[in-house]
Amino acid sequence: MKKVILITLGVFTLSVSANSQKYFTKAGKITFDATAASSPEQIEAVNRSATAVIDTKTGAVQFSVLVKGFSFERALMEEHFNENYMESNKFPKSEFKGTITNNSAVDYSKDGNYNIKVQGKLTVHGVTKDVTTDGKLVIQGGKINATADFSVQLADYSISIPGLVADKVGKSAKISVSCSLELFKG
Amino acid sequence: MNKIKLYALIAVVCIFANAVSAQDEDLLSMVGGDEKPKKERVKYAFKSPRVINSHSIEFLNPGTLDFRILHRFGQLDQGYKNFFGLDQASMRMSFDFGIKHNLMAGAGRSTFKKELDAFVKYAPVRQSTGGKLNSPVTVALVSGITMDGMPWADPSRTNYFSSRLAYYFQAVIGRKFSEGFSLQVSPTMVHKNLVQLDADPNDIYALGIGGRLKLSKRIALTWDYNHVFVGMPDSGYYHPLSVGVDIETGGHVFQLHFSNATGMNERAFITETTGNWGSGEVRFGFNLSRVFQLKKHKRD
Repeated sequence: MKKVILITLGVFTLSVSANSQKYFTKAGKITFDATAASSPEQIEAVNRSATAVIDTKTGAVQFSVLVKGFSFERALMEEHFNENYMESNKFPKSEFKGTITNNSAVDYSKDGNYNIKVQGKLTVHGVTKDVTTDGKLVIQGGKINATADFSVQLADYSISIPGLVADKVGKSAKISVSCSLELFKG
Repeated sequence: MNKIKLYALIAVVCIFANAVSAQDEDLLSMVGGDEKPKKERVKYAFKSPRVINSHSIEFLNPGTLDFRILHRFGQLDQGYKNFFGLDQASMRMSFDFGIKHNLMAGAGRSTFKKELDAFVKYAPVRQSTGGKLNSPVTVALVSGITMDGMPWADPSRTNYFSSRLAYYFQAVIGRKFSEGFSLQVSPTMVHKNLVQLDADPNDIYALGIGGRLKLSKRIALTWDYNHVFVGMPDSGYYHPLSVGVDIETGGHVFQLHFSNATGMNERAFITETTGNWGSGEVRFGFNLSRVFQLKKHKRD
């Protein structure tokens, strides 16, 4: 009798873990560029410690990044970014929760390049908005390289750019994501 | 327990478990997305390394140069004749460098007494959060020197170069209490090698109190007071008090203020403030700070 329970439970657990493979990284790279067309200075920063997870079964994708982790070439820009625009003490994290809408087209067990479409909710500066973007998955040797570029309007996230700096800071920011994800062994 | 009941139970457990896993689970928390709280410095207590006249607990970022132009105009109570003091100006120009996150140095020159000054500022302790051992305050130590550049008052006597010099030593202890409010105290000792009168003390002790109250993201109210305890000559000197606003505009910080002090280095404003707020001997002044990034941030 006990054997039956054990086997049933065992099979059940196995089937769950086999179905649900998750890839993750804690060193994802996210860059953004909000340089206005006429700006003499580059308003751009990079963060190399984004956390990212992809559930290959469901196509679920999640990103999380600490706003304070964005590093600028100019210290003063970093200060203004944290203090005046992103208010990183109030809103320490930016997050994305979404899904790969064409997940069935990706064969995670085989090396190859796949174009994907991602749809989800991006939370920045305490404001959540729907975002859709094209991305790319490169599967090689059991690792996933995920890249995506998209653009957001700063005003959508209640980030106001005062007239005084409008010639330097643009109205929208280009965001690039580049992550190398490994199999998560929980 | 019979078999049917058992299978039913297992089935229920399975359905329940599946239902849970099918829910919108938080993948990030599963991989430990919530990082352990890291110890981090509390930054940006003040917009500038100076409250108004006094050193603040804030430092320049490493690799940056702060070019400062300071103006102090004439007394407001002179009225229209001198356009409320704006016809007269005393100024100081300085270059401050950020070396480490807790080390900076600078030098400046004032028109008042043609005085050169230089300082080194170092913080052994910085306010922090998130770690196991957090410091509630920043402690900064400042050591500075000033050199009078005027011709000797009495060329007939033997004059020593050292007579031109004065020194100051200061501890600045402050805390950023909230996003909008920072407060600091700064015990200070000023030593003058040469004083005017026999009765004047060489060592002067003062306690400064400075603060900032943010009015908006880019505008803050600031105040900066020094109470001179020991060694203030009786005749005609007052405790320096400055009240102003910091306005930040991209790469510049404008500090506009009213003050009874003309001096723009520690020796001058702490020990030789001749204006009296009580009788309206107040001046308008401004500090203009422009920060340049000399060395690009390393971003590996």
